[in-house]
Amino acid sequence: MGNHGGLEGGIGVKQSIIHWFKYASPQSFYPLAGRMIPWFWAAAAVFGIAGLWISFFVAPTDAQQGEGYRIIFVHVPASWMSMFIYLVMAFWAGLGLALNTRVSGMMAQALAPTGALMAALSLWTGAFWGKPMWGTWWVWDARLTSELILFFLYLGFMALQAAIDDPRRADKAGAILALVGVVNIPIIYFSVKWWNTLHQGSTINLNKAPSMAQTMLWGMLLMALGFWMYSIAVALTRVRAIILERERHTEWVKHALE
Amino acid sequence: MHWNSVGDFFAMGGYALYVWGSFGACLVLMVVEPLLARKRLTEVRDTLARERLADELDHQSGTS
Amino acid sequence: MNPLLATVRRDVLLALRRKSEVLTAVFFFVIVTSLFPLGIGPEPVLLKKIAPGILWVAALLATLLGLPRLFAADHLDGTLEQMALSPSPLGLLVAGKILAHWLLCGLPLVLLAPVLGLQFDLDASALGILTLALLLGTPLLSLIGAIGAALTLGVRGGGVLLALLVLPLYIPALIFGAGAVEAHIAGLDVGGHLSLLAAMLVLAAFFAPWATTAALRVALE
Repeated sequence: MGNHGGLEGGIGVKQSIIHWFKYASPQSFYPLAGRMIPWFWAAAAVFGIAGLWISFFVAPTDAQQGEGYRIIFVHVPASWMSMFIYLVMAFWAGLGLALNTRVSGMMAQALAPTGALMAALSLWTGAFWGKPMWGTWWVWDARLTSELILFFLYLGFMALQAAIDDPRRADKAGAILALVGVVNIPIIYFSVKWWNTLHQGSTINLNKAPSMAQTMLWGMLLMALGFWMYSIAVALTRVRAIILERERHTEWVKHALE
Repeated sequence: MHWNSVGDFFAMGGYALYVWGSFGACLVLMVVEPLLARKRLTEVRDTLARERLADELDHQSGTS
Repeated sequence: MNPLLATVRRDVLLALRRKSEVLTAVFFFVIVTSLFPLGIGPEPVLLKKIAPGILWVAALLATLLGLPRLFAADHLDGTLEQMALSPSPLGLLVAGKILAHWLLCGLPLVLLAPVLGLQFDLDASALGILTLALLLGTPLLSLIGAIGAALTLGVRGGGVLLALLVLPLYIPALIFGAGAVEAHIAGLDVGGHLSLLAAMLVLAAFFAPWATTAALRVALE
C-alpha cells in the first residue's frame, strides 16, 4: 500500500513538472504571454499613478534640496530595475543553458533592451539631479560609474546577440556572457567603490540625498513596482515578437495566426 | 497639497528643467519602447499573414 | 608530454615564426604611451601623476589587440575542432593557449613597462610596483579576454565587438593595477591592491578557462 502511495505521489510530482515545462515551449508560452500582458499593463498603470500622486502631491518639500529632490522618484526605481533586470536576464540565460529550454533564451533577449533603457534612464536622471545639486552634469560617483558600466554590459550583450545569425548559438553565447557579467558585477561594484573612496574626488552620494521620510519611501516603492510591472509587460510583448520571428516556419505559428 | 497654483506646480520651486527633464525623459522613453515592441510584433504578424496568403494563392493556381 | 605544456610550446613556436604579430602589440604599447606626453605636455609633475593610468590603459588596449587571433587561426584550419575531439580535456588545451597568449602578449608588456615608466619620471620603487602589478594583472587580462575571444569567434565585426564585451570586464584590473602604483607614489601601503589583484587572478584562473571552453563549444557546434 505504502509503495502504491509513493508511486502515485511520484506521478503527481512528475505531472506538475510536466505541467510547468509545458509553458517552456514557445507554442504554449506565446498565448500565455498574450493573456498576461494586459494585466501587467493595468498593474503598471495603477502603481505608476499612485506613485506619481505620492511623488508630487503627498511627499513634502525637502528642507535642503527643495522640489529638486523629486527626481529621486524616478532615479532610484530606474537604478533598481536596471540591476534587477540584469539578474533576471542572467537567471533566464542560465536556465536556458542548463535545461536547454528555448523560451529562456528568448526571455533573456527580450529583457536586455528594457534593462539597457532603465540603465540609460538612471544615468539621465542622475545627471539631471547632479546639475542643480552639485553644479555638474556628471560626477564620478561610485554608483553613477557602476551604472555606466552596467549600461556597457547591456550594450555588449545586445551587440553579441545581434552579431550572431544562428539564434541557438546567439542564445548560448549570450547566456555565457550574461553569467560572466553577473559574476563580475559585484567585483566591478566593489572595485569602483574602493577607487572612489581612495580618490576622495567627490564626497557626494546620490542615495544619501534627503533624510528619507516615510512618504518618500512609499513613493519610491510604488514607482519601483510600476517600473517593474512595465518591464514585464514590455518584455512579454517583445518575447512574443521574438517567438514568432524564430518559429515562423512551424505549423503551430500558422495555426496560431488564423 | 502644497501647490498654490498650477503655475506653481510646473515651476517646481525653480527646479522645473531638472524635474520635468527627468520625468519627461522617463515618460517619453517608456511610451516609445512599448510602441516599438508592439510594432515589431505586428510587423512579424503581417509578414507571416502575407506569406500565408501567398502560399494559399500558389496552392490554388497550382491545382486549377 | 603534458597537453598543457605541449599547447603552450606549439603556440609560442608558431608565433615566433610570424614575429610581426607579437611585435605589433608591443609597438602599439610603446607608441601609445609615448603619445600621451606629446598630447598633454612635458610637465613632469603632471606626467608622473597620470603615468600609472596611461601605462595600464595602454596595456589593456595592447592585450586587446592580440585577442582576436587567440583562436581564429586554429578555428580556420580546423585545429580547434581536433582539439575539441582529442582525448585530453579541452579546458586544459584552452588554458595552454591562454598561457601562451600571456607569454607572447602580456609578458613583453611587463618587461617593457619599467622602461616606458622612465618617460614619466617614475622612481625606481614605483617602477618596481608597476612591474609587479602588471605581472599580476596581465595574466588576468589574458584570461578574461579569452572568454570574449571565444564568444566572438567567427562572428561579424568580431574585433570591435570583442572590445565592447571585454573592456568593461577589465575595469577592476585597471582600478587595482593603476591604483597600486598611485597609492605607492602617494606613500600609502600597496599590499591591499596587490592582494586583491592576486585574488582576482586566482578566481579568473579557475573560472575563465571553463567559461572559454563552454563558449568555444558553442562556437564549434
